Amino acid sequence: MSLGTGIRLADLIAAICFIFALRGLTGPKTARYGNLLGAGGMTLAIAITFATNGLTHFLLIVGAMLIGVVIAVPAARLVKMTAMPQMVAAFNGVGGGAAALIALATFLRAPAGSLAVYEVVEVLLGVVIGCVSFSGSCIAFAKLQELMTGRPVTYPGQQIWNGIVGVAILGLGVTVCVSSFNWLVAIVLVLALAFGVAFVLPVGGADVPVLISLLNSFTGLAVAASGFVLHSVVLVVAGTLVGASGTLLTQMMSRAMGRSLPNILFSAFGSVITATGGAEGDTTRSVRSASAEDVAILLAYANKVIVVPGYGLAVAQAQHTIRELADLLESRGVEVIYAIHPVAGRMPGHMNVLLAEANVPYEQLKEMDEANPEFQSADVALVVGANDVVNPAAKNNPDSPIYGMPILAVDDARNIVFMKRSMRPGFAGIDNELLFDPKTTLLFGDAKDSLTKVVAAVKAL
Amino acid sequence: MNGGDILSLITVFVLAAFVGFEVIAKVPSTLHTPLMSGTNAIHGVVLVGAMLVLGTASGTAQMVLGFVAVVLATLNVVGGFVVTDRMLEMFKVRKPAKVAAEPAGAVAPSTEGSPK
Repeated sequence: MSLGTGIRLADLIAAICFIFALRGLTGPKTARYGNLLGAGGMTLAIAITFATNGLTHFLLIVGAMLIGVVIAVPAARLVKMTAMPQMVAAFNGVGGGAAALIALATFLRAPAGSLAVYEVVEVLLGVVIGCVSFSGSCIAFAKLQELMTGRPVTYPGQQIWNGIVGVAILGLGVTVCVSSFNWLVAIVLVLALAFGVAFVLPVGGADVPVLISLLNSFTGLAVAASGFVLHSVVLVVAGTLVGASGTLLTQMMSRAMGRSLPNILFSAFGSVITATGGAEGDTTRSVRSASAEDVAILLAYANKVIVVPGYGLAVAQAQHTIRELADLLESRGVEVIYAIHPVAGRMPGHMNVLLAEANVPYEQLKEMDEANPEFQSADVALVVGANDVVNPAAKNNPDSPIYGMPILAVDDARNIVFMKRSMRPGFAGIDNELLFDPKTTLLFGDAKDSLTKVVAAVKAL
Repeated sequence: MNGGDILSLITVFVLAAFVGFEVIAKVPSTLHTPLMSGTNAIHGVVLVGAMLVLGTASGTAQMVLGFVAVVLATLNVVGGFVVTDRMLEMFKVRKPAKVAAEPAGAVAPSTEGSPK
């Protein structure tokens, strides 16, 4: 068996590992094993690459890898669970950047005019998709890390400008293909970076997770394109797997929000609402606020409490405190379950990760469809730091930007307790009618402080 | 590369696309985040491409591009798998649920018993 055959075989094994890794990641029991299998396949693919015929600069390669490891491991180990979405955005962006650089380097290497048209197309696809993914992920990171406003950024003629940039990229690409003006690739690269920024700016904070998933599949496609450029089967397989599954995942996520993908990308969600939210003047209407002791009594003497955790809980790092409260209530014979909206937190499934971190039993976590019928028999729905996912406007108000989004039916519960920092509307910037409902009690304050007070109050009963 | 090679790559591409769609057809939303993170790690395979570029680079420009590409791709692949593993670690099957609750619970004195 020649060396070349050995490498191809190893690539095949790696590709099979990736497929089983994805398969494994779709079930809670197999997920961790799936991820390890993926890492195994990856290690094999990388190790065997060192054996490639004619490969030199080993020290440089190892040095660059060491730099990467030294940065990545602490970053990935130390990041807080709440900051996970932006971490994924960052790692995704650098992958897209790498794919673009690979395509670019290959292009620089070939003497001008020596590439066939389809090869130039491969290079251009790698550069454009990779750059869009890179700069888009940077903006997504900045939005989630709150380095810039999470609100949609809009300006007049936005769609037209995006259209012009898109057409320009396409036109220049075609020119590069049919002529030998290679320097035009540099302009394509800059335009693609600009397009990535412009594409993400109008997407509102609540929708950024869906966008990250989309950018993730973009990077997959960019990697596949660079696989075409380098004639590497393992790159094509892995990149395409991610591109395809990422697209599907993006659709699942937007479906969970009851909205179409184009609607998320182009409707500048949230910019209109800020105006109406401010105009309505929510301070003039009366709400019922209560003390921690009142809430404690309500909870302690209930038969069934459903906790609806939201991002506010995560921000306050209160997942351990809510678990403590739940344990306490359970020891008093109260049935406690958690109703998890698919987009609670900032990424689908984010909340499950956070609660799992706090050792909340997996069986107590109910997904929306399972949880909604339970509210009718619940004495208290305890909404901690969530807002949009329980906003009845999604059901009742066709004018609301979140109209059509499936929500948790907390208004079916006999009592509703909201723990909120203030009357400020949620991440999507929309007022919540439920706050003014007569059966709603509000407990203002940081989620962790409030919960700690309630825990103390329940203990004191 | 001749026309046959590009066709076989396109074949691989199309088949892989179908596998990609099929293999995650049913995912509980609980696992959306880990799955996104896991696929993110898998496209870190771009490191293989970056190694090939740097390993066959001639001239400073190509070397710099290749070097930066290897650093970025390593970030993607290592960071991706570590973050995913950290998320999934938390889904492990639970033993009796007491351990963490004990210290907090133990501090609470029963107010019932306090005189006054």
